[in-house]
Amino acid sequence: MKAAGARVLGYGLVLLLLALWEAASVTRLLDPFYFPPVHEVARSLFASLRDGRLARAVLTSLGRGFVGFAGAAVLGVGLGAIAGRHRFVRALIDPLLELLRPLPSPAIIPVAILLLGIDSSMKIFIIGWACFFPILLNTIDGVRSVPPALVETARNFGLRYPESLFTVVLPAALPVIFTGLRIALAVMLILTVATEMVAGSNGIGFLLLEAERTFRIADMYGFIAALALVGYALNHLFLLVDRRVLAWHHAMHKDPAA
Amino acid sequence: MTGPANAILDVRGVGMMFDGAGGRPSVLEDISFEIGPRDVVGLVGESGCGKTTLLRIMAGLLRPTRGEVSLAGVPIVRPEPQVCLVFQHYAATLLPWRRAIDNVMFGLSARGAERQQLRQSALALLERMGLAADAQRYPWELSGGMQQRVALARALIRRPRVLLLDEPFSAVDERTRAGIQELLLTLHREETCSIVLVTHDLDEVVHLSRRVVVLAGRPARVQQIIDGPAGVSRESLRSHLSIVRGRS
Repeated sequence: MKAAGARVLGYGLVLLLLALWEAASVTRLLDPFYFPPVHEVARSLFASLRDGRLARAVLTSLGRGFVGFAGAAVLGVGLGAIAGRHRFVRALIDPLLELLRPLPSPAIIPVAILLLGIDSSMKIFIIGWACFFPILLNTIDGVRSVPPALVETARNFGLRYPESLFTVVLPAALPVIFTGLRIALAVMLILTVATEMVAGSNGIGFLLLEAERTFRIADMYGFIAALALVGYALNHLFLLVDRRVLAWHHAMHKDPAA
Repeated sequence: MTGPANAILDVRGVGMMFDGAGGRPSVLEDISFEIGPRDVVGLVGESGCGKTTLLRIMAGLLRPTRGEVSLAGVPIVRPEPQVCLVFQHYAATLLPWRRAIDNVMFGLSARGAERQQLRQSALALLERMGLAADAQRYPWELSGGMQQRVALARALIRRPRVLLLDEPFSAVDERTRAGIQELLLTLHREETCSIVLVTHDLDEVVHLSRRVVVLAGRPARVQQIIDGPAGVSRESLRSHLSIVRGRS
């Protein structure tokens, strides 16, 4: 009950901040050119929703975002499962990983533009690149943490390597893999917007920057609000899948006092 | 060295060395004994002498550095499902995302009616173990003794020719232990498999085994094979084992 109450208060805090913004803008305490009143931002948000601009942009952005994310998930989980099981593979890829992992993903945007141009393939590549590392590293950790006795039992029962990988190792590592996927999902949204801002002619990132450059400041804030809602919805959707797929894990670790 | 005729499992001259920081220390050396059909053999020895390693070799999970293990005359060169090992840390071998009954059926491939039949067998086995009401519960919802019985049921449903039990009663309380021991003896009477039991408990060895293989020394060797320990006085057996412990 206490947590639920705090949550309601939390939403109240968001509303309070919006009300303060509205009041400060209307009374010109804040410059309304840079901080248009909330009702104007809301009006412009609904206008872009009505004429379909926003939906098209969001769908375009999420489309390329998910292709990059899915590619990273397949490669990251695949390579992570192999590297997690074999010390030799881990040792082989470790120096490369240690060099590439700290590299900020936007740093490779110029290279990607040079090699792939400025269309969707470049953006998908950058998104995939950025999502790949958290998925790979968490998969390696997850697979390494699988109790050896579990794998040995599967071997003893005559399960072959791929069968044991898919029925024992990956399901056992799934809670840690999901942590990587959740981090990657947030990274996906960041890089989707960033790449569309750097080079593009569509997508929510492009709309946002275009609004700023043409001084449609209320539109700009409207797109930012839309992005925040998309991020919120994505995270909640992911948690929904997580609660369903990993129901056993959450029940197993449920604090009886909670 | 005594051994049963028509051995089902033949451990012959097995030696094992592991790569370590200080070279390749030998863990087991020239281990030989036989397991007969429907035999119950206790395997005893000091902690860390290599009993679990020997069980893993017998199940085909490890290749010995020397010697070989044969099942009905055929050398075991890969994991052998007919030699089923129930690990000491059985709780870690149950799949937490599968219910008890699905854990029992784990790894058995069957479809349609055959699968339904398999499910019935698993349920019957769980019922036999006193777990009929818990078939739909997850392993982490069960007590240690119940988890142990699920692990045992999962091994038995495969109708193995040899069942290897690694300290099966070390993590359960006295009452549960006695219950599972009786269950094991009953199941052994009904089933056709042989049992190899690793334990530290002398009473357990006497109560359950027909023969005891005593390992001792570093590297471990077969120090003694005692036939019919139930017929040997407890004191005599204890002195056998304490001599071994004194030497190792």
